[in-house]
Amino acid sequence: MQNDAVLTMRGIDKQFPGTKALNKVDFTLRKGEIHALMGENGAGKSTLIKVLTGVHEKDGGSIWVEGVDGEAHIHSPQDAQNIGIATVYQEITLCPNLTVAENMFIGRTQGQRVHWKEYEKRATEILDNLGIPARAKQELSSCSLAVQQMVAIARAVDMNCKVLILDEPTSSLDDKEVEMLFGLMRDLKNRGVGIIFVTHFLEQVYEVSDRITVLRNGELVGEFAIEDLPQVELVAKMMGKDLNDLADLEQVGAKHEATGEVIYEAENLSSSESRAFDFNIHKGEVNGFTGLLGSGRSESVRAIFGADRVTGGKVKVKGQEVKISKPHEAMKAGIGYLPEDRKKDGIIADLSVRENIILAMQVMKGFFHPMSRSQMEAFADEYIKALSIKTASQETPVGSLSGGNQQKVILARWLLTHPDYLILDEPTRGIDVGTKLEIQKLVLKLANEENMSITFISSEIEEMLRTCSRLIVMRDRNIVGELTGDQLTQAQVMKTIAGGEQ
Amino acid sequence: MSTVRKATKKSSGLGQLMIPLVALGILVLFNLIRDPSFFSIEMATNNSGNQVLSGNLISIIDSASGLAIIAMGMTLVTAACGGQDISVGAVGAIAGAFFVKIANTDNGITGGSAILGFIVCVLGTIAFMMFNGTLVAVFKIQPMIATLILFSCGRSIAYWINGSATPQLTSPIIDALGKTIPGIPIPTPIFAVILMAILLALVFKFTNLRLYTQSVGINQGAARLNGINPTAIKLLSFVILGVCVAVAAVIGVSRLHQLNHKTLLVDIEMDAILAVAIGGNNLGGGKFRLLGSVLGAYIIQMLTTTLYSMSVAPVNVKAYKAIVIIIIVVAGSPVIKNKISMLITRIKAGKLQASAAKGVE
Repeated sequence: MQNDAVLTMRGIDKQFPGTKALNKVDFTLRKGEIHALMGENGAGKSTLIKVLTGVHEKDGGSIWVEGVDGEAHIHSPQDAQNIGIATVYQEITLCPNLTVAENMFIGRTQGQRVHWKEYEKRATEILDNLGIPARAKQELSSCSLAVQQMVAIARAVDMNCKVLILDEPTSSLDDKEVEMLFGLMRDLKNRGVGIIFVTHFLEQVYEVSDRITVLRNGELVGEFAIEDLPQVELVAKMMGKDLNDLADLEQVGAKHEATGEVIYEAENLSSSESRAFDFNIHKGEVNGFTGLLGSGRSESVRAIFGADRVTGGKVKVKGQEVKISKPHEAMKAGIGYLPEDRKKDGIIADLSVRENIILAMQVMKGFFHPMSRSQMEAFADEYIKALSIKTASQETPVGSLSGGNQQKVILARWLLTHPDYLILDEPTRGIDVGTKLEIQKLVLKLANEENMSITFISSEIEEMLRTCSRLIVMRDRNIVGELTGDQLTQAQVMKTIAGGEQ
Repeated sequence: MSTVRKATKKSSGLGQLMIPLVALGILVLFNLIRDPSFFSIEMATNNSGNQVLSGNLISIIDSASGLAIIAMGMTLVTAACGGQDISVGAVGAIAGAFFVKIANTDNGITGGSAILGFIVCVLGTIAFMMFNGTLVAVFKIQPMIATLILFSCGRSIAYWINGSATPQLTSPIIDALGKTIPGIPIPTPIFAVILMAILLALVFKFTNLRLYTQSVGINQGAARLNGINPTAIKLLSFVILGVCVAVAAVIGVSRLHQLNHKTLLVDIEMDAILAVAIGGNNLGGGKFRLLGSVLGAYIIQMLTTTLYSMSVAPVNVKAYKAIVIIIIVVAGSPVIKNKISMLITRIKAGKLQASAAKGVE
């Protein structure tokens, strides 16, 4: 055990049915450092963190924590909390129907009586201190996702933790909020807190981290000081290969300006969640909606698919006027939609990978035409191979797969229906670099080789620039610009989003 | 790879049925040890002079028929809506009233009137169940609250339908429905269970009811975004439960030769929910196995019969039943299941290590 280490993990093993999730993994966190934990989906990051926080019990290995004599025994999240390990998970794990203050103090009140007045005061202080735009007595569900995330961090910070784990804390924050969070992280670092930072955003790693530990397939690749590991090498280490793949993408990425038949056209389309807008997409075109979080890009594509209540507008598919007011009608018109919120709107967690893959196709075949088991298995097999979905078997519940593989299952579900027009809302959020590249490549391949029309939404502008030949820019729930050809540069997109066009 | 797949398939196939099967096995063993002749079956002549099979086993399977049928419907409602219908007993009384009202004509009960009565009974029951279903699926009221309405007033409605009478039914047709058909030594209600099971199996085979119901029960939002209509699926589950309740009610009326709105299928809702739970189905909805619930129903009945045959006083039966049920339910709880599966993996891992060690030597 090193002297300045607040946390030392040695030889951690964890076995799940069918997979070895962690294999003799070492991890060291020093006082006052921000330590990035990197790896692709399924590399074991989440498992390692869950072992550390007592969600899973380790099968082997040892953990030492500063201030605890001998080995630390962590059997429950409560144990972890008691020895100073606090976590903010990727998915918000607070109670949406309680107030902000209640969420910050729940589960750590002491004594018989609960002094909510006092807690509210303290919550207000902490929120002010951190500049979080929420009121202590506000119900958590009324805050934006970003603010909820920050409340979770505020809760962890207030617990005077020695080890703070941030699991994908930035995936739903915009740039300004990310900056705010980084400020907070540096502040905590200077106070001697060790921070484990898990993220998929490489730039963010290099912005705040001091050290990087890389995992791959449940094994430790190595620990590196940030200055010794350039970004390209990091990606290579995570993927276990070098970065020729990026070059591949540039080749596949012969984006062509689509001039073919208009596949889908909407005039004044509006829904309960989106304002009226016009939109069209040509055969084989890849276009995208861009804008800040909450600018209305997701709401717009949801209106196209009939996911929200459609309130008006004219829609033409291949020149024919059609009515699309619910998902089933959109599917029949040849539209597929991969939703932004994979957990809430995408996967049927308890059902198997097989059932999740065939679901949309089965629904299109109709209630009275179930597919045979062997047919389902053949389709599932085909797509598990085609998209290299990592799963123990077809019958594994999809909920037990890693995020990226869940996303691939949903992608497979829609590809199986062979849509003319596929909407992908944040298909790459919260998944690793390798899978991201795979999905981008797939998008371009589908458009170029199969003439599929695709609308692609991503929070990462580079990703959209790489794939889309036309970008529709949204601000405050309105379309404020459309960029094509030479205009497709990061600077121009930023300018249009910010409102400085012309 | 293929062996891995086979293994997982096998375990998922039995996993949920493990607890009910073990419970059933223990009950059978217990009875065999206590009284080796407990399960003996013999031919006997019943009251109507028919040659019939008799014995504890027949009586258990026969008596559980209504419960088994209602448990099947309850399983579907539970899976789709994530809640239970507590009005099945009361609606069962209504169903019985419909049947008697139509079947019992001035000329007694004829084949025609019985068939018509059954049809009206099924349709009427479906209508009442649609009321529940609409509250749950359209107005999104929690199932227990929504069905509390008919739970409270259903037996009064049954009373009104038959004009405050408790008609006695004497007819060979009623005998045939509630007891046995002359020449066939097995009680008719047992055939009713088999028929309903086959019917539902066919529905599952030729429609996507299982996939849709499970999808809606697990993640309604995602199901909708895949083109499934959650409202329709939930309503459908109540329609099917309605059919089940109607069949169970006709059996119940025929068995007692009378319509008594106070006692017909009384307290069956709790037993039905219990059967669903013992069958390892998640009461919060989602994945389900009908077979589990049916086994659950037989377990409950076997328990009752066992206690009676041990001359436990009727007042005490419920208390003893409760004790056994606590054990079954706790054994099937996620905590205990986890512990057991961890134990199994540990034993397996131990074996692997042992064999690996041998290999090294």
